[in-house]
Amino acid sequence: MTSYLTTPAPKAEQPPVQREVEVLSARPVGAYVELTLAAPDVAERAQPGQFVAFAVGGPMTANLLRRSIALAGTGPGTVTVVVAPHGPGSTWLAERRAGDVVDVVGPLGRPFPLPEPGTTALLVGGGYGAAALVGLAELLRSRGSRVLAVTGAADAARLCSVEELGSVADRVEVTTDDGSAGRAGRVTLAVEELIGESGVAYACGPMPMLRAVADAATAAGVPSYVAVEESMACGIGVCMTCVLPVVGEDGQTRFSRSCTEGPVFGGDRVRFADVGSLPWDVVGAEAMGVVRP
Amino acid sequence: MTVLDTAVDMTTALGSVPLVSPVLTASGCSAFGQELEPFVDLTALGAVVTKSVQLRPRSGRPTPRMAETPSGMLNSIGLQGPGIDGLLAGELPWLAERGVPAFVSIAGTRVEDFAELATRLRGVPGVLGLEVNISCPNVESRGEVFACDPVAASDVIAAVRAAADPAQPIYAKLSPDVTDIVSVARAVTEAGADGLSMINTLLGLVIDPDTMKPVLGGVTGGLSGPAVRPVAVRCVWQVHAALPEVPILGMGGIRSGLDALQFVLAGASAVSVGTAVFHDPSATARVHRELAAALAARGFSSLREAVGYAHR
Repeated sequence: MTSYLTTPAPKAEQPPVQREVEVLSARPVGAYVELTLAAPDVAERAQPGQFVAFAVGGPMTANLLRRSIALAGTGPGTVTVVVAPHGPGSTWLAERRAGDVVDVVGPLGRPFPLPEPGTTALLVGGGYGAAALVGLAELLRSRGSRVLAVTGAADAARLCSVEELGSVADRVEVTTDDGSAGRAGRVTLAVEELIGESGVAYACGPMPMLRAVADAATAAGVPSYVAVEESMACGIGVCMTCVLPVVGEDGQTRFSRSCTEGPVFGGDRVRFADVGSLPWDVVGAEAMGVVRP
Repeated sequence: MTVLDTAVDMTTALGSVPLVSPVLTASGCSAFGQELEPFVDLTALGAVVTKSVQLRPRSGRPTPRMAETPSGMLNSIGLQGPGIDGLLAGELPWLAERGVPAFVSIAGTRVEDFAELATRLRGVPGVLGLEVNISCPNVESRGEVFACDPVAASDVIAAVRAAADPAQPIYAKLSPDVTDIVSVARAVTEAGADGLSMINTLLGLVIDPDTMKPVLGGVTGGLSGPAVRPVAVRCVWQVHAALPEVPILGMGGIRSGLDALQFVLAGASAVSVGTAVFHDPSATARVHRELAAALAARGFSSLREAVGYAHR
């Protein structure tokens, strides 16, 4: 049996809540909008790596599916998220202003597992995914870790949380595909340089980036944890739409829910190449008529 | 329980089994109930209707498995689940320990599969009855959904009724994708169904204008949500008009108490809340409250008085 560098992330310490909460502030950040919400019950339960799920469109909405967004940070009684408007739901969310009320469920999902205190950690964020690493960076620093951060995006406007990470991390590397900020190229440029001095790697961002970071870490013998962003209908584990092929502790691959078994998975346990297909060795594939070749 | 609840007698039954509430979860929309525990009192529900279980564990279909549609969604999960052994060892004891009634949805590809599942579920603590899913559109042979053919549908139901615990009512879950739902309803009732669950999803398709290909990995999927509600209410209405003595568990796009009321007035004696749970994890409890208030506001002293009222 293949050996793995990671063990699956344990469940969060506390169950989620559902609340109607007030937007305290909405701040444009490049191509995104940062919303801060008065949500003390969510804030006190939240751990880095977890997310929240918003109802969108108001009480009469025809868009019934929740929008799941990573927590970018918590303050006294508040939580912050970074919204990237791309569809009707996220655009509606990005248009919320101070005083508006939104229905939120959270915190959801499994938090990032933490390394032994003092372990040097490499944090890699793609686009708005970098926001989800700020709280983790703070927590790791408080536990004596040296924190190396890499943030990358297509262009300067799509970079996120560079200042926040800069104020916490020991070192921040910035890359953009078009060279409009930092070094021109992908995050892997910096990851390759820094992985050797890291004891653990964390990543949040688009799937190809997560795969690249996980592969680089695994090749260097470094455990990695990735927070995936799969589209979810509910966020709480009942709809079964957000599954990925993930290798469990017993070595078996299952279609695992990104919301409740994730969003944080061991980087060496996600079968990135098989996402969107049904490999024969997924538990229960045989009952679907998929047999060993 | 709120003051409003005590004003209207909300008790009902599934066949011969009494329920404390007419509001249940819907199969495939609340997994096996555990995930809803932070949001609702599961023991106050009529029952948790489980995701359909089959004999063996199933992976379900590859992603993408869903597409949002106007007031609804298309899903192509493919009945992912632990199989009957997993259910008996894990999910059902979890519900039974908490006193949460389970209405177990069973599915299969052959008549014998259904009968074996019914046998395995005989006398299992906490299992009120069985919902026989003969209408899932996300099966391998989409053209051969049992519920689209009165003969195939009644073969399954007769086999399940013969194999199942006599104390467990069996409800046949019907598909709206038929020319004459009354003839299917009549056939399964004559084959021994104690009640009918209506409706399953409608078969649908969404094409991504960017890729110019179907969005779902399974190509077609089941349409659910408020978009299908008028179709569901029509099905309940037609079947109740033809078979007024047959109990109906109504579902299809229920989001509010007034939506549930439409099903009750059309002839349903209980309702399942499905896709709305994705939007609002506490929807079942809210629908119960709102339905009780709506009945009280209309002068009903019990839910039972309102069942089929629109036909009178």
